[in-house]
Amino acid sequence: MIDVKNLSKNYGSFEAVKDVSFFIDKGEVVGFLGPNAAGKTTTMRILTCYMPATQGSVSVAGFDVFDNPMSVKKRVGYLPEHPPLYPEMTVESYLSFVGKIKGLSGKILKMKLDKVLERTSTAEVRSNLIANLSKGFKQRVGLAQALIHDPEVLVLDEPTVGLDPKQIIEVRELIKELGEDHTIILSTHILPEVSATCGRVIIINKGKIVAEDTPENLTSGLQGQERIEIEVDGPSKKVLAALSKIKGVLKVSEDGDGSIKRYKIELEKEPDVRKAVAASVVNNGWGLLEMKSSGLSLEEIFLQLTTDEGVEV
Amino acid sequence: MRNSYHIYMRELRSYFVSPIAYVVIALFLAISGIFFYLLLQSFIQMSFRMMMQAQQFQMQVPAMNINQMVIRSLFLNMSIITLFMLPMITMKLFSEEKRSGTIELLFTSPITNWEIVIGKFFAALTVYIAMILGTVSYVSVLFIYGNPELMPVISGYLGLILMGAMTVAIGGLISALTENQIIAAVGCFGTMMILWFVGFASGFVGPELGAIIKYLSVMEHFTDFAKGVIDSSHMVFYLSFAFFSLFLTYQAVESAKWRG
Ligand SMILES: Nc1ncnc2c1ncn2[C@@H]1O[C@H](COP(=O)(O)OP(=O)(O)OP(=O)(O)O)[C@@H](O)[C@H]1O
Ligand SMILES: [Mg+2]
Repeated sequence: MIDVKNLSKNYGSFEAVKDVSFFIDKGEVVGFLGPNAAGKTTTMRILTCYMPATQGSVSVAGFDVFDNPMSVKKRVGYLPEHPPLYPEMTVESYLSFVGKIKGLSGKILKMKLDKVLERTSTAEVRSNLIANLSKGFKQRVGLAQALIHDPEVLVLDEPTVGLDPKQIIEVRELIKELGEDHTIILSTHILPEVSATCGRVIIINKGKIVAEDTPENLTSGLQGQERIEIEVDGPSKKVLAALSKIKGVLKVSEDGDGSIKRYKIELEKEPDVRKAVAASVVNNGWGLLEMKSSGLSLEEIFLQLTTDEGVEV
Repeated sequence: MRNSYHIYMRELRSYFVSPIAYVVIALFLAISGIFFYLLLQSFIQMSFRMMMQAQQFQMQVPAMNINQMVIRSLFLNMSIITLFMLPMITMKLFSEEKRSGTIELLFTSPITNWEIVIGKFFAALTVYIAMILGTVSYVSVLFIYGNPELMPVISGYLGLILMGAMTVAIGGLISALTENQIIAAVGCFGTMMILWFVGFASGFVGPELGAIIKYLSVMEHFTDFAKGVIDSSHMVFYLSFAFFSLFLTYQAVESAKWRG
């Protein structure tokens, strides 16, 4: 559905996107994750034919964005970073205008308008002026605008930014629902958003892709590592020394005070050394109170990938 | 071209839901109304004096030309007043969409940049025409109480419309070059001032350059229309200037994409 090959974009001499390639299949919901200035908006603007790439090729819904922009535009719904709303219009007249320039008319337009008002829960404000809407409703009208012509592909640039927690959840629910019959790429720097809505994550930093996987795979073990947490009743120095000696354990850190402490252990995935960890604690006569597999959080992975270490050229 | 119509309608509606159009039109009608009143007043006084003189000296009352004295002056005055009004009509055409980000909607919709440029041009032109047609009521007063020639009135309005088309196109172009409405308005006003009064400079330079400068003077081309002369060379001047500005606007809109 979306095929990006060796995409680069320069603003003057500044390279905002450098040689990015990815593929998104029909029906996928993909999160485009990255810190500020990573190049997310730039990439999305190229996907939606807002501006041309400096180099590389991009095809969306089977059409090249450079050779066939009209065909792409007809099939893509785009929610820009700032919803493109005309404050002096009512919700209904605005959506009807958008529908018309997307090529709808007559009964079909009216039908789709009603459908999209219902789907984005904006029917109650249909005759309000956009200028008077709350931020949350403006965001929804922005989404409605992207949906009105029933596009196959949705490109959503930070769809939940500036919303309150309740509305964030509602918009995520809506995106999940839309994901059932659309191909979606959404950008964000909020990590839970990705685990909540996306089947796959592309992490981009400084214009380059640094990782690409499912949220589960990313969190459970980066590069063959695994992480467990144990709670032990025993002298912490000795426990630390004993644990570090076990073969396959990469790193141990302690946490908490008193005689009962929690230890975070990073270990190799193969072979399974959890038994050896348990045996070592028990054989030393300490109390093993709890053991669980914890996995790296998406935040940690994100930071690990986007803060220099090995990423810089 | 159906998309141009959608752009046109949206733009036109937005003029009339915001106070801008009303304020500009009311201001224009008030100012040109004052000029009309003063012109008419002095015409009446003058004809009265003529009549008294004629009676005194037992002469025939000389024919006073209302076309020359009122209508021609009215059109010349109106053409200058529109200079102050038009920048307020054109300033937001593109700059506002750029500033608010709605341009992203237009650029990512299946419409061409020409359709956007044309739709916006005609919307602003329509507001302008509505504005000058408000003065038909003044002129019709003359037709009710007298019998002036019709031709100079028709050519005067035609001249105003052509000159307006050119100014709207230039104003739109400048609006496409900036995100700031004030700069767009001031830029349009300044450009038009130069094009209006450049004619005065023609006397100070050599004959060749003088002729070119004279040709560029908007005022030079308007005077004939106010006199009741419809000369196709003047029409060509205004229209080609308008087309050229629209073409440049199209180029600017295209390249705005490159700058992101
Ligand atoms: N029109 C432009 N001209 C020059 N530089 C630009 C332009 N647009 C973006 N940039 C630069 O390109 C880089 C990437 O910007 P982009 O907006 O794509 O980042 P982003 O990932 O969307 O960031 P954010 O999360 O803050 O929205 C930034 O360094 C930005 O300053
Ligand atoms: Mg962005």
